[in-house]
Amino acid sequence: MNTILLIVGMMSVTFLPRYLPFIAFSRLKPPRLIKRLLRFIPYAALGALILPGATMAVPGYPWAAIAGVVAAIVCSWFRKEIILTVLFSVAATFLVLYFSGY
Amino acid sequence: MMINNSLSAQTGQISELRQGMMASLPIFIGYIPVAVTFGLLAKSTGVTLIEAFLFSALVFAGASQFMALQLIQFGVSPMQIVTVTFIMNFRHFLMSSYLSTIFPINDRSWLPLISFGVTDESFAYFSTQKQNRRSHFIMGLQYSAYVSWVGGTVIGYLFGAIIPRTLQASMGMALYALFIALLIPEAKKSLPATIIAIIGGLVHSLLTWFKFFSTGWNIIIAILVAAGIGALLMDEEKEECL
Repeated sequence: MNTILLIVGMMSVTFLPRYLPFIAFSRLKPPRLIKRLLRFIPYAALGALILPGATMAVPGYPWAAIAGVVAAIVCSWFRKEIILTVLFSVAATFLVLYFSGY
Repeated sequence: MMINNSLSAQTGQISELRQGMMASLPIFIGYIPVAVTFGLLAKSTGVTLIEAFLFSALVFAGASQFMALQLIQFGVSPMQIVTVTFIMNFRHFLMSSYLSTIFPINDRSWLPLISFGVTDESFAYFSTQKQNRRSHFIMGLQYSAYVSWVGGTVIGYLFGAIIPRTLQASMGMALYALFIALLIPEAKKSLPATIIAIIGGLVHSLLTWFKFFSTGWNIIIAILVAAGIGALLMDEEKEECL
């Protein structure tokens, strides 16, 4: 029962920050300065989502993770299919892990 | 005529939904190993199957769910866990704020569902893939990812580590590869975008390395600093190429 309450609490505090901006900005236009800031959020967020997380994606095996990162960069540089990059990166990580006796 | 119109509108929506589902394949695959791990960890923490299911179905935010399991084990009070969850997931406030500027929010009826489906991955997808931002495409993508997350949780709980160990570990790379695959084409097009992304990554790395704040704050501050530098330094003209 306690866990259910916890889940409902977690749901509320997770959902509201996801929901309120849509409500707020569907009623009023964000001020210019905020709008300017918002334009850069995607790149700022992508950078912060990739680093430092990607380098620690395989705990204890940084080289396997770095192989995955390099493979992803190389593949997405030349091919635009996202799924290809994902598979290529996982394969590179797998190979390094396999040969380091994981 | 009226019926015809609404019918064709409906087929349009269904095909959008289907396209969204197809587009979510990389996210679908990326969620599976994480969700399976969450499921089996939930079981070993002593959480019931229903509770594990509800965690994923109602909270739908990976990192905070793992954190909750850990804190439950340490005997931390639910109130405190909820507070930490709030901080940890508050980055979605920034993401939703951005998405609200690009999504079709005139049609308010889908907003609750669309905003519930905002995750790092769907945000990353929609903020870079400009071609399709219609409500049903958005939900098709978000909710196939959701099915993968919730389904993976239940599978992990019931069957444990179904994926071979080495493959499971390698698949941990999938979501990062997704972010990279979404960023690189943008970076190729625009130097300012590249610089801001690098600043975001470096600030986040530094904050994480020196443990300046808690995990949740680190990424929020990194995003705000990088986006703020962008807003301050890039003039309107350069902004146009973003």
